[in-house]
Amino acid sequence: MKLKSLALRKSFNLGATLLMATATILVLLPLGIIFSHILKMGLQSVNLAFFTNIPQPTGVPGGGMANGLAGSAIMILMALLLGLPVGIFGAIYLTEYGKGRLATVIRFSADILAGIPSIITGMVVYTLLVVPMHGFSALAGAFALALIMIPIVLRTTEEQLKLVPVSLREASLALGVPMWRTSLKVTLRSAMTGIVTGVLLAIARVAGETAPLLFTALGNQFWSRKLTEPMAALPLQIFNFAISPYEDWHQLAWAGALVLVVLMFTLSLAARWLGRSRHS
Amino acid sequence: MVNSDKHRNGDALFKGIAQFFALSIIAILLLMTYRMVAESMPSIRAFGVSFISGSNWDAVQGQFAALPYLYGSVVSSLLALLLAAPLSLGCALFITELAPKRLGVAIATLVELLAAIPSVIYGLWGIMVMVPWLQSTVQPFLIEHFGFIPLFSGAPYGVSMLAAVFILMIMIIPIITSITKEVLLAVPQSQKEAALALGATRWEMIRIAVLPYGRSGMLGAVILGLGRAIGETMAVTMVIGNTPQISLSLLAPAYTMPSVIANEFAEASSKLHSAALMEIGLILLVVTLIVNSLARLLLWSVSRKLGGGAK
Amino acid sequence: MNCKVQIDKLNIHFGQTHAVKDVSMDIAANSVTAIIGPSGCGKSTVLRSINRMHDMTPSARVSGRIILDGSDIYDRSLDPVSIRRRVGMVFQKPNPFPAMSIYDNVIAGYKLNGLLVKKEADQIVESSLQRVALWDEVKDRLHRSAMDLSGGQQQRLCIARTIAVRPEVILMDEPASALDPLSTLKIEELVEELKEKYTIIIVTHNMQQAARVSDVTAFFYLGEMVEMGPTKKMFTTPEKKQTEDYITGRFG
Repeated sequence: MKLKSLALRKSFNLGATLLMATATILVLLPLGIIFSHILKMGLQSVNLAFFTNIPQPTGVPGGGMANGLAGSAIMILMALLLGLPVGIFGAIYLTEYGKGRLATVIRFSADILAGIPSIITGMVVYTLLVVPMHGFSALAGAFALALIMIPIVLRTTEEQLKLVPVSLREASLALGVPMWRTSLKVTLRSAMTGIVTGVLLAIARVAGETAPLLFTALGNQFWSRKLTEPMAALPLQIFNFAISPYEDWHQLAWAGALVLVVLMFTLSLAARWLGRSRHS
Repeated sequence: MVNSDKHRNGDALFKGIAQFFALSIIAILLLMTYRMVAESMPSIRAFGVSFISGSNWDAVQGQFAALPYLYGSVVSSLLALLLAAPLSLGCALFITELAPKRLGVAIATLVELLAAIPSVIYGLWGIMVMVPWLQSTVQPFLIEHFGFIPLFSGAPYGVSMLAAVFILMIMIIPIITSITKEVLLAVPQSQKEAALALGATRWEMIRIAVLPYGRSGMLGAVILGLGRAIGETMAVTMVIGNTPQISLSLLAPAYTMPSVIANEFAEASSKLHSAALMEIGLILLVVTLIVNSLARLLLWSVSRKLGGGAK
Repeated sequence: MNCKVQIDKLNIHFGQTHAVKDVSMDIAANSVTAIIGPSGCGKSTVLRSINRMHDMTPSARVSGRIILDGSDIYDRSLDPVSIRRRVGMVFQKPNPFPAMSIYDNVIAGYKLNGLLVKKEADQIVESSLQRVALWDEVKDRLHRSAMDLSGGQQQRLCIARTIAVRPEVILMDEPASALDPLSTLKIEELVEELKEKYTIIIVTHNMQQAARVSDVTAFFYLGEMVEMGPTKKMFTTPEKKQTEDYITGRFG
């Protein structure tokens, strides 16, 4: 083999370095542009009324997305109630008892479930809940969000439980503490910050979901009185207002986008901070 | 002894509960697939194979064929992937191998934050900012200078296949980048040092030690990105123009599988119409199941190969 | 001799590996028994079988009998949890519960089982910490994290945690191997004192330690018990050649 000259090799190195740096800039640039638009347009439009009022007909000033914010909060809360037990207990099963082929199948199913397009989750929940209950409802929306949340919670919780040293489990067992109390009070508790991190990330993920709510919660221009009624959600409102032809509704959509992004970043950063403080 | 039985019952009960919830994951997956198949049956029976070969989608006549949606999904996703993969790889390499540690961490954090931005917000930006820009600047330019190529012929509508490709590219880059980054970080330090010790330049080190090691993992990341792109709904629906046609031109509006579901499902006029949409959902489900299984197997093989050492 | 623990033809397999072969030993109440031998000789494996810690390892198979006060602890009608209340264990590396205070660590055995009232707790914490000679060092910071303690203090805390649930037998798996010489000395003194109330079985790779703390020593090699006898005799005039070779440092 003939050796390339050092100068040639160095220029290759320089070229590759420049390419990688360019790629990085090309990755960050559009994302930066998007973020600056959201910031600029959002700050112009967001005001107190956004948080206290419900949407107004176009032309009427002072519209807001209060019902969407509340609706999102309610449905996320219900989704947590439905999804957390499945995710957390499933993860306990995988770490404490899951050794064989069944566990691999469950892990694989969770990963596959996490990759199913959320619009399909919406369709399935439509056939499971909306059709039998004869109507769109907050309940159906929450159920769809829970299905999306479960695999995320399961996998992050499992990762965290695996990090708990065996020696702690053994210490507890050697004190004559039964397995189930050891799992709940030692293993789960030691992993708690990590699990909270995972839950925050799961919330961040579903808070922005729009597609699965289209055929479940449907959205609502007004306040909902019951969980069996259609309910507004922030991302749904952003979508509906963005595709409307009215300038003042577009403004509201930008305000909603800013609020959603701020919420998302807060959750992600809180999760990171929690994750980091645990390791120090 | 009563006491002792209590523990054992507690343990058995606890294991039972945990097992029940764990098994429900499999049950959910099976139930979802079953529902989609069952609900699609009327359409499958009525149209058979012509459902994916024909182009006539007419709710009034009760004729449904989905080729334009399939075409739109496949083309937009693959083109987006083609653009996103090299950029993501470059960015991931920059983060892990070139940038000073702090800068690398900062960029990685930024990329991960951006991966968390919801689809609907990308769509909002796409429809409000990107589409007008494409319509007023990019598309007229392309038509004027490259209009002789069928790919860039036609009129500047703004909403178009091109817009969908761009928005998808922007959306899947953060995902591919952060998974690729994880894969690259798992390459053993000793491999890299060995290459450097032989007098390799940094690029040669990447080519010799990093890329071969991370190959299947990076492929997994890219395929996972493909799965995301195919299933992506809101942002694409907002910028692609929602016109069921098969056009060679990237400037023409198109339609994708998730988009037609999003637009028509809640207001499906007949049983056959909703069954046809369900069948599109089923096709989408099958495609994403295959794509994601493939990606997972590739990524799992990486973590198994590197063992616990990756942690 | 008042026999507390009687091991009878104990065999332990991990999958295909035959880790412990036909071990039988009688352990007297209120004595300290040391198990010595080169690493991989099965000494820790035997120790962990005495409070059924192998129940946690799916591939482990235990056969033979271990009789505690006349009843076989591997009897199907017996629950490992109730065995472990009677047979406590101190591990090689100090493992206090990181999320708990010093105080809560001492009463962890009660707390995790949802037992105990406040008044009893105070008393148990004080007397347990007194017994391990830790009380004076930590009495002003009982509600601080146990992770602030030094390694030696943590290990004594773990012993306090073990005796707080009033076991009959204490198993110690190289309890001083992760500690500095001064802390090791303290643990050894503690073992000496604890035998008044408890039966202690200690695994150690340190022969001097075995000679210092134990009444009886058992020597293990390749999963078998080669010899067992009074410590003084084992270290001066062992019966088996292998034992002598090991003790004089000729192998292992």
